[in-house]
Amino acid sequence: MAETKEKEPLFSTKNKKLLSEPMVRNNPITVQVLGICSALAITVKLEPSLVMALSVVVIMGVSNVIISLLRNMIPPRIRIIVMLTVIASLVVLTDEVLEAFLYDVSKQLSVFVGLIITNCIIMGRLEAFASSNKPWPSFLDGIGNAAGYGWILIVVGFFRELFGSGEVFGYPVFEKIGLYSIGYENNGLMILPPAALFVVGIIIWVQRSRHPELVEEN
Amino acid sequence: MENLFDIFIKAIFVENMIFAYFLGMCSYLAVSKTVETSTGLGLAVVFVLGITVPVDYLINEYLLADGALAWLGPEFATIDLSFLSFIMFIAVIASMVQLVEMVIEKFSPTLYANLGIFLPLIAVNCSILGGSLFMQERDYNNIAEATSFGLGSGVGWFLAIVAIAAIREKIRYSNVPAPLRGLGITFIITGLMGIAFMAFMGIEL
Repeated sequence: MAETKEKEPLFSTKNKKLLSEPMVRNNPITVQVLGICSALAITVKLEPSLVMALSVVVIMGVSNVIISLLRNMIPPRIRIIVMLTVIASLVVLTDEVLEAFLYDVSKQLSVFVGLIITNCIIMGRLEAFASSNKPWPSFLDGIGNAAGYGWILIVVGFFRELFGSGEVFGYPVFEKIGLYSIGYENNGLMILPPAALFVVGIIIWVQRSRHPELVEEN
Repeated sequence: MENLFDIFIKAIFVENMIFAYFLGMCSYLAVSKTVETSTGLGLAVVFVLGITVPVDYLINEYLLADGALAWLGPEFATIDLSFLSFIMFIAVIASMVQLVEMVIEKFSPTLYANLGIFLPLIAVNCSILGGSLFMQERDYNNIAEATSFGLGSGVGWFLAIVAIAAIREKIRYSNVPAPLRGLGITFIITGLMGIAFMAFMGIEL
């Protein structure tokens, strides 16, 4: 590689865009349709959603940097296996850390920690970005996409916990403001799996009404 | 025998990969535009799940689980390698997918061309790894039970993707609000189908 170009500032416009683009306009969940599985399955409560979002941010940032450093050494034919190995090792580490320090949450997440390996966002970004870019932009791209994924998870988790069990982080909000005494009851549907699909569907609806250029043909 | 059938039916309806656990949603949403391609992908998933779950069962039983290495001799009986299971499972899955890809390319080039990028992506289809992880968590007694669980989950996934593809083909003729078109309405329909599938939840097998 011939290093002829002048040094780019760490947070140039291009790099900032890598961070901000996946938040709304190119959101991994609502636009790129990646990583839906975990987003739906673990969002019954806010706490596991938050833990999941953080784990994905860490794993994605690190794996993007590693693959980006190795990008010129990996033979293209076996790249998928190499990527999966890198991701799987990071996930094993995360799993052990969660089990050691956050045992309850790790039990609630059960198989879904392991399923971060097959979270398509990570593979998708490694394939599309990190395998052809320098470490620093790849790191930003990873963090940006993971954050775009994370905020959806947290929003869905917040609404499902609030309406499903009347709590936020286990704190009984609805009971404190006296909603139950005037006849309110928790919405049992919000705890069940289909509610997650409805909440994400509504997020997509709101987002696309505000950004008409995202509307699909069919 | 009866037990195997129970596991099979339970995996298809009661514990449907898509409607009860949301596994494999990415390709479910992305490939379900026409019935034809979704049938092809569905069959590939049934096939891969039917192979990887029993293989991973053997690996788990004889290499990874607590005390699984006892067949090597008494001094190995205390070794617990289960923290390696993610890496082992994903390696088996990735190589199986490579194999399936070669077989399909050889015998049905049209299907191969139709599936395109999604065939290699089966490797990262969460329902495949999910199948192996659920198998590990639920502790099936023998390889026959694990196989029928794998096949059942595959068939459940197949049913789900073909059903949603049929609905999406019809929905083109309806007047969906513009921002909901495509992805949004598919989410909501899947939710409604999930509610319908919850009717199976009370069934004890």
